[in-house]
Amino acid sequence: MDMEYFLELFFSGLTRGSIYALIALGYTMVYGIIQLINFAHGEIYMIGAFVALIVAGVCTIYGLSGFAILILAAAIAILYAAAYGYTLEKIAYRPLRGSPRLSPLISAIGMSIFLQNYVLLAQTPDYLPFPRLIPSFAFMDPVAHIIGSAELVILVTTLVTMVLLTLLIKKTRVGKAMRATQQDLSMARLVGINVDRVISLTFVIGSVLAAIGGVLVASYIGQVNFYIGFLAGVKAFTAAVLGGIGSIPGAVLGGLIIGWSESFAAGYFSSDYEDILTFVLLVVILIVRPAGILGKVRKQKV
Amino acid sequence: MLKVQNIQTYYGNIQALKDVTIEVAEGEIVALIGANGAGKTTTLMSICGITPPRSGEIFLDGDPIHDFSPENIVKKGIVQVPEGRRIFPDMTVLENLEMGAFLRTNKRQIQQDLNYVMTLFPILEKRQSQLGGTLSGGEQQMLAISRALMARPRVLLLDEPSLGLAPLIIKQIFEIIRQINKESSTTIFLVEQNANQALKLADRGYVMENGRITLVDSAANLLSNVDVRKAYLGI
Repeated sequence: MDMEYFLELFFSGLTRGSIYALIALGYTMVYGIIQLINFAHGEIYMIGAFVALIVAGVCTIYGLSGFAILILAAAIAILYAAAYGYTLEKIAYRPLRGSPRLSPLISAIGMSIFLQNYVLLAQTPDYLPFPRLIPSFAFMDPVAHIIGSAELVILVTTLVTMVLLTLLIKKTRVGKAMRATQQDLSMARLVGINVDRVISLTFVIGSVLAAIGGVLVASYIGQVNFYIGFLAGVKAFTAAVLGGIGSIPGAVLGGLIIGWSESFAAGYFSSDYEDILTFVLLVVILIVRPAGILGKVRKQKV
Repeated sequence: MLKVQNIQTYYGNIQALKDVTIEVAEGEIVALIGANGAGKTTTLMSICGITPPRSGEIFLDGDPIHDFSPENIVKKGIVQVPEGRRIFPDMTVLENLEMGAFLRTNKRQIQQDLNYVMTLFPILEKRQSQLGGTLSGGEQQMLAISRALMARPRVLLLDEPSLGLAPLIIKQIFEIIRQINKESSTTIFLVEQNANQALKLADRGYVMENGRITLVDSAANLLSNVDVRKAYLGI
């Protein structure tokens, strides 16, 4: 077996997987707190990519160069996505708090369709070219056939993001409030946590992660359209379920498994099968371990 | 100190509390007894702002608090130990205690109170880095009470602290409740099905039936009241 080819697939799988993980974190954190699958999450990712595209276009006119554009575009995309996530929760989910679980779910699907069509109308149905904002580093040249500069930037960015997220959740006051709310929402209120604020914050954090993913993928793949959020969203959702929805390490693990399985399936069989394998894996895991790989079966106390 | 005046609380269209009036004076231990489903837990949840009353008023030191959010009620000094203990299962004992002090900022005082609850319940110090969900029922109850104390409550509300515990542990828990009341002059409002234990501890008691208060008296009188003995003490 060709080792170099294997490594190339390994790193491309790792890259894809870490992006899936980034998006999956948004699904899993929201689910952990309010038991809602936020189907509009993929659209936040797509909006992040679009905002970055617009900012990059404007910046190019003003003559900024590669890396500066990437940072600026990402920063504005993050702000925009955070605002979208916050508003989404406020108008589509908060009014439905306390209603049957199906209602916010339908609202989520509605928001997903709405946001897709809103971008479709406001922008264009066509694929738009996204500038390659990640420069090629000279020091990566010797290994460029295995792992490219763009992949390196994606890996480092997602790694740093995840470390920061972990620190936020484990160490800070808001992080503890998030964990408490996830473990027992009404008890969290009884110790004086403003649960509404925690829920808003969770949506904002999830949206920030999705926007980071959106910008990275767009500049890696080189094109965006209004529909990219759907497949990325479904894959990331699968990753979250695979790892055990509600579990943060589970989302990362699920993302990586899907990234690798796609990459190896495409590399050794045919790229026609990469999507199929993802969902076959999902079905198998759900049969063997319905709660996901790291998911906990929570006893429901009455 | 705490005054609940003619409150009516609903779950949807179902009225759970009918015209409930309760008064608890500073430094007192007051027990609310009654059968399953009488509305005892709802009374506590209404005081804490989780199920706010549809009408009626709740005062703390004369200030109306019935339209306060739960966190502002905690800030005011009303803290609940809910039924079933409700420990955060995936947080350590220490983190659970820290969550109790969530709204406080003075680190030195928080540390003082940590030391205080660990002298009240030495077992918590031994278990401090263990996950809350792995504790036994009695230990969880101790942790739940300690977590509430970490908020420095002026009024401590306890919902069925004896539920599901062994008799020896119950005795210990009630002893500590008395001690908390004495040492830090914390006002205590206690909800119990275990009427005998509760009335032995309390100064005064309220009896609740179908969402209404049906009797108010000193704990000693309630203990000797024929109807109460028949209905709640099984004598």
